[in-house]
Amino acid sequence: MSPLTILIFLPMVVGGVFLIIPRMKDQTVKVLALLTGLVAFLLSGWIYLNYDLAQGGYQFVQKSPWLPALGISYHVGVDGMSAPLVLLTGIVIFTGVLISWNMPRIREFFGLLFILATGVFGVFASLDLFTLFFFYEIAVFPMYLLIVIWGWKKTREYAGMKLTLYLFVGSVLALVGALAMVFQAKAQLGYLTFDLLELEKVAFPVAFQKLWFPVVFFGFAVLGGIFPVHNWSPDGHVAAPTAVSMFHAGVLMKLGAFAALRLGIMMMPEGAKFHLPWIILLTLVNVVYGAFIASVQQDFKYVIGFSSVSHMGLVLMGFATLNYYGFLGAGIQMFSHGVMTALFFAVVGMVYDRAHTRHIPSLGGFIKKLPWAAVAFIIGGLTSMGMPGFSGFIAEFPIFMGVWKYEPWIAIVAVISIVVTASYILRVAWRVFFGELREEFQDVPGLLVYDKVALAVLCAFLIGIGWFPKIMTPWVHVGTEYVLQLLK
Amino acid sequence: MSPWMQHLLTLILFTPLVGGVILGFLPDRPKVQRWAALVVSLIPLALTLVLWANFDFLKAGEFQFRIRLPWYDAIGAAYHVGVDGLSLVMVLLTTLLVPLAVLASFSIQERVRAYMMLFLILETGMLGVFLALDLLLFFVFWEVGLVPMFFLILQWGSPKGEREVWPGFKLQARTYAAMKFMVYTMAGSLGLLLALQMLGLVTGTFDYLQVLERWPALTGAYLPNIPWRIPLETAKTLAFWAFVIAFALKVPVWPFHTWLPDAHTEAPTAGSMILAGVLLKLGAYGFLRFVLPLYPEQAQSYAPALAFLAAMAALLGALAAWGQWDFKRLVAYSSINHMGFVVLAVAAAAKAAGTEHAVQALNGAVLQMFNHGLTAAGMFFLVGVLYDRAHTRNLKDFGGLFSVVPLYGGVLMFTAMASLGLPGLNNFVSEFLIVRGAWPVLPLFTAISLGGLLFTGAYILKGIKYALFSPLVEKWARLPDMTVREVLVIAPLMVLMLVLGIWPLTLLDVIHRSMVALVALVAG
Amino acid sequence: MSLPLSDLQALLPELALLVLMGLVMLLDLLWHPRRKLGVWTALGLVAVLVLSLALAQPSGSQAVWGGILRHDGYSFVFRMLFLVGALVTALLAMDVPHLGDKGAFYLLLLTSTLGMMLMAMANNLIMVFLAVETASIPLYVMAGFYPKDRASAEAGFKYMLFGALASAVLVYGMTLLYGLAGATDFAGVVAGLQQATWPVWMTVAVLLLVLAGFAFKVAAVPFHFWAPDVYTGAPTPIAAYLSTASKAAGFAVLVRFLLAALPGSTLPWWGAFLAAMAAATMTVGNFLALAQRNLKRLLAYSSIAHAGYILIGVVAASHLGVTAAVFYLVVYLLTNLVAFGVVVALESAGGTSEIRSLAGLYKRSPLLALFLMTAFLSLAGVPPFSGFVAKVWVFTAAVEAGLIWLAIVGVLNAIVGLYYYLIVLKMAYVYDAPEEEMHRPVRVPRVQAAALGVLSVLIVVMGLVFAPWFAWGEWAARTLMGG
Repeated sequence: MSPLTILIFLPMVVGGVFLIIPRMKDQTVKVLALLTGLVAFLLSGWIYLNYDLAQGGYQFVQKSPWLPALGISYHVGVDGMSAPLVLLTGIVIFTGVLISWNMPRIREFFGLLFILATGVFGVFASLDLFTLFFFYEIAVFPMYLLIVIWGWKKTREYAGMKLTLYLFVGSVLALVGALAMVFQAKAQLGYLTFDLLELEKVAFPVAFQKLWFPVVFFGFAVLGGIFPVHNWSPDGHVAAPTAVSMFHAGVLMKLGAFAALRLGIMMMPEGAKFHLPWIILLTLVNVVYGAFIASVQQDFKYVIGFSSVSHMGLVLMGFATLNYYGFLGAGIQMFSHGVMTALFFAVVGMVYDRAHTRHIPSLGGFIKKLPWAAVAFIIGGLTSMGMPGFSGFIAEFPIFMGVWKYEPWIAIVAVISIVVTASYILRVAWRVFFGELREEFQDVPGLLVYDKVALAVLCAFLIGIGWFPKIMTPWVHVGTEYVLQLLK
Repeated sequence: MSPWMQHLLTLILFTPLVGGVILGFLPDRPKVQRWAALVVSLIPLALTLVLWANFDFLKAGEFQFRIRLPWYDAIGAAYHVGVDGLSLVMVLLTTLLVPLAVLASFSIQERVRAYMMLFLILETGMLGVFLALDLLLFFVFWEVGLVPMFFLILQWGSPKGEREVWPGFKLQARTYAAMKFMVYTMAGSLGLLLALQMLGLVTGTFDYLQVLERWPALTGAYLPNIPWRIPLETAKTLAFWAFVIAFALKVPVWPFHTWLPDAHTEAPTAGSMILAGVLLKLGAYGFLRFVLPLYPEQAQSYAPALAFLAAMAALLGALAAWGQWDFKRLVAYSSINHMGFVVLAVAAAAKAAGTEHAVQALNGAVLQMFNHGLTAAGMFFLVGVLYDRAHTRNLKDFGGLFSVVPLYGGVLMFTAMASLGLPGLNNFVSEFLIVRGAWPVLPLFTAISLGGLLFTGAYILKGIKYALFSPLVEKWARLPDMTVREVLVIAPLMVLMLVLGIWPLTLLDVIHRSMVALVALVAG
Repeated sequence: MSLPLSDLQALLPELALLVLMGLVMLLDLLWHPRRKLGVWTALGLVAVLVLSLALAQPSGSQAVWGGILRHDGYSFVFRMLFLVGALVTALLAMDVPHLGDKGAFYLLLLTSTLGMMLMAMANNLIMVFLAVETASIPLYVMAGFYPKDRASAEAGFKYMLFGALASAVLVYGMTLLYGLAGATDFAGVVAGLQQATWPVWMTVAVLLLVLAGFAFKVAAVPFHFWAPDVYTGAPTPIAAYLSTASKAAGFAVLVRFLLAALPGSTLPWWGAFLAAMAAATMTVGNFLALAQRNLKRLLAYSSIAHAGYILIGVVAASHLGVTAAVFYLVVYLLTNLVAFGVVVALESAGGTSEIRSLAGLYKRSPLLALFLMTAFLSLAGVPPFSGFVAKVWVFTAAVEAGLIWLAIVGVLNAIVGLYYYLIVLKMAYVYDAPEEEMHRPVRVPRVQAAALGVLSVLIVVMGLVFAPWFAWGEWAARTLMGG
């Protein structure tokens, strides 16, 4: 059995146990959850580090027949593009557990969170269409329940449903497209297969690709937050409880982008070439408009929510360039943004738990009470504005290079987002953490040691990649080469 | 070369950063932190002296102690550092000023650890700019320096004062200044970022030395490798201006200077010292290192425009300084005035590429950079000393201090005279060289700048007069004089001001050799 | 007419069921075991199941009783399914007052099951009609099992009226079909229709009459009106049985009729008709379900919608389509039984079947809440529950058959479905009941809990390891369609 399989199913098994045993003590749940999170983190790290760069391709592959009659198998493996994302998921699940230490109904919370993690791990590792959809949809319902049960009372029901429906709409439409691919491939190959590695090799007719590419790409890009179907995401981020926002913005949006790449661009390169010229304009709107909208928000969490829209726009923009730099940057950006936004939401949650408001003008001076959170937020903020020395720069620089190579004017317009981002991040950092600490916040408690560990882990990755891109770029490079080879 | 020597630049570059991190693990007691920071900051200085001793001055025009290690090879960028004469001088200036600034910051009382950590990180950022031989690496350090400076101003800047940003919205002055500093500089860097990407794609590498070979040699109708259908010349001109604006913002050149008076005024004393002493030099360094060699033709054709801006900076900077009543703001504007000369020299050198005048002007420019580093740091420090005691910087509040604090008065007089360009002190030499070099090339703009020099005298004398010589104001009668620590900060600066005023040749020799090489490069 | 031994073996499940009916009657008369009768019935059904699986598995397609019945993989799968449905229904009903303690109920249940089993096997128009009536009449009685309860009485009566009308239409259609084709056995009908000398619209018109009759059984739009009222009024276990086994039986006979009794040339006609019906059924069912406040009514509309999804597989009329439909029915039967089981448990704990009364369930009975979640998410088509794979297969079949528009209507409907299933789940997991109720746990009798537990596990297992079950469906399809 591939260690990947263990990694995928471990969270679900533990989560299932949590859900099935109602009498489990909270303390037991916490210890078990922490252990599971740690194991998932370490195992994903182990897989990442043991990915053989020289060999490339898909590794840790496991292929077991699932439904041979239809050519469906449980087929998983990681390549250079997905290995960082698997690691990212490991990081977010671990830190997510850490910062959720005092959740109410914690047994069910961790139960659902872990099932969600399985879905996410599964999608990143899937090498079979059916496997991919299977895991993709697994992520849907825990997400919904996590938001409506533990979310922000004001909007959770609306936002949870909105998010779930958006994601479901996107994915089921993509499913129809995927099935169309399968049968088209059957017509060409003579047998039925859901295996992505085989489907990749099928040269679908150009007309077919032109018809189906937008369906599949958009179906997933919805989850990646593409304009104009992005507005589930800020609402969802804001309504979700902290750990879920981390998961949500940190990992789930990558899920959409990754699947759009995997099933859209990699399967139907001709369709991609035909349609991406206008899609890249949408992503440009994402990037710039998202940043502007973020800068006028008064709610701390909405700022971060819209910043995700802007940053995920960069990922999709990178993909849309269809060149080496774009893919490379987008691959790193997925990881970088994942860690960064997880960090952001963790910090927002810490502040909100103490202040019980996220209205930016009502906050202030929190650096005195939560110095760790403040420093972490600043580190995240600098990453977000593409400051060199942090992973955001390492990611965004190649993306912009890719866009240059594609169409210089777009790069020139898109770059505006950087300065807008800088302005709102600075504004928020200053209004929330600096200035006068208000009277009513004088006695708020500090952070738990778990919180600090979580923040430190996340920051370490942002800075580590910022200074030593080598710990991530070779992986993404290998993955990018693979994608480019398919595009030829 | 021993491995230590081989990695000398890396050691110089990262000692402050590592030291800063170590500070984070030391006990958070002000005393420990201060001394630890001082010790850490002295190490790069010592190493720089070692570097100086081992530097081959005859080959000052070449990059020495080069190290090239893989860094971001996926996009063709490497960790590539090296020093030539120009960088060496700038590195020396930086490593010299930082310990002094740290010493000057001993009066900081709140959150000393964070302050010192930021300060040391800042030093790494500045050194990196001077040492990087890779465009991407250069950009990294270029931006890295912003962050600590931003927080230094935001957190430790002068706590008083408010600014009404727009009707009904007031900000603390230091917050406003910090934000303005950050946003201006970042916005300025955007063009640079885009231009760097273009260069990287067109030449296929970010290595400075390779770009230097390939970029100016480009021919053809369009840029290769990217689908930008605008004529090559236009593209180059756009990139040129992108570079120029980024660097001009940092220098700063009129009309990009408005962030500076705010930032300098609101920054803590040591922050202002470093801002004026080193950060402004980053922009000038960028002109010398990148703009001239990479865009010789564009630089030549747009030299008058640049000279115009420089002359305006020199003239208007002086006038504005003259009009100030805030002592620190006065000194801040003086920086604009002085740095205007540097850019004037750059413009002259671009115009007269390949000639003796160019070398002369550039010699003056680099020396001016160094000198201004010394005097501006000194002036800001002295203003800070005064402020620490009086808690006001308004010149109208002062008067007759000379008799109360004679030591301080003497030091201030000395430094101010150096800043004024009194013959025998350092600034005179460099400004003289600049004017000498620029006059035959750009007589009109040089003349305007000289007008600025006139007002330099006016504002310096104004400052001195109101602070030291007007009738004594009663409430300052018991003002204490400078402490030993403060003397220790200013003394090295004063010594250097004097030495460089009398015997600038040691430094000029290095500068001259590297400028000869630069001018040769520009001339092709 | 003598029965050869092979026929005896083929009819073993039915014969065993008859024996069980006799035993149940005896038990009831002699000992009055009251609620324990449910356990005995269930145990008896388990025995029938085991016996059938062990001894009566068909090899190939075998004509029984002179060819009016067929003993093949297709009918076998359905018959086992009905047995499971009856088994679970018996267990759900045993603790329901005035229902579970009545021997008559169990007899009616078993009789109806027998009728359904014959429906699955029927290979002759007359046999079809007989089987349908055998299955239906006990259902009418059961739906109106509480004569004193007006809702139940209304349900029984309504169901009977509609059912009688549908039977009339069905039998009318069959008569005409016999008139056209000159035969009542399916093979004969095919042969007769193939030599048609009359205009094609006549065949189509006749077909429509027959299809209308079947559409009533499966509650497809526009023959669905009875379902919500009947489900709401009937005793909940009966509603469960109606919505699962009865619907499956309707599909069993429908699919066999379409594929075995009609020549391929008619496919475009009934294909188009059923495709439209599938789309309408899904859409109407789902959108009306959105507005429901009563859980049983909601499940009624959802079951209409699911008939639509299953029809997609039927319309595909392919190997994969039939497989998908059978698989879907199996999954749907298990899932809907759990959903109704939860309602039964709620009602017996003093609650109502209003969605509102689910509030606080997560605390009052975490286990029941978990069952509810399993069932509803499976109905919604979310993995790892088997409803997901079932939906994927029918959509796959549609795409394979080139019915992409139908697949798209299907997936869009799945979204609407997800919406209202989640609303119910939200009630159970998010909202709290009034304070005094929150602290009163909902107790589920152990037998039901075990039954629901087993079914829930099955739902998950089938969602994860679907190959064996899919193979069953494929076996059914193969024996029906050949190849």
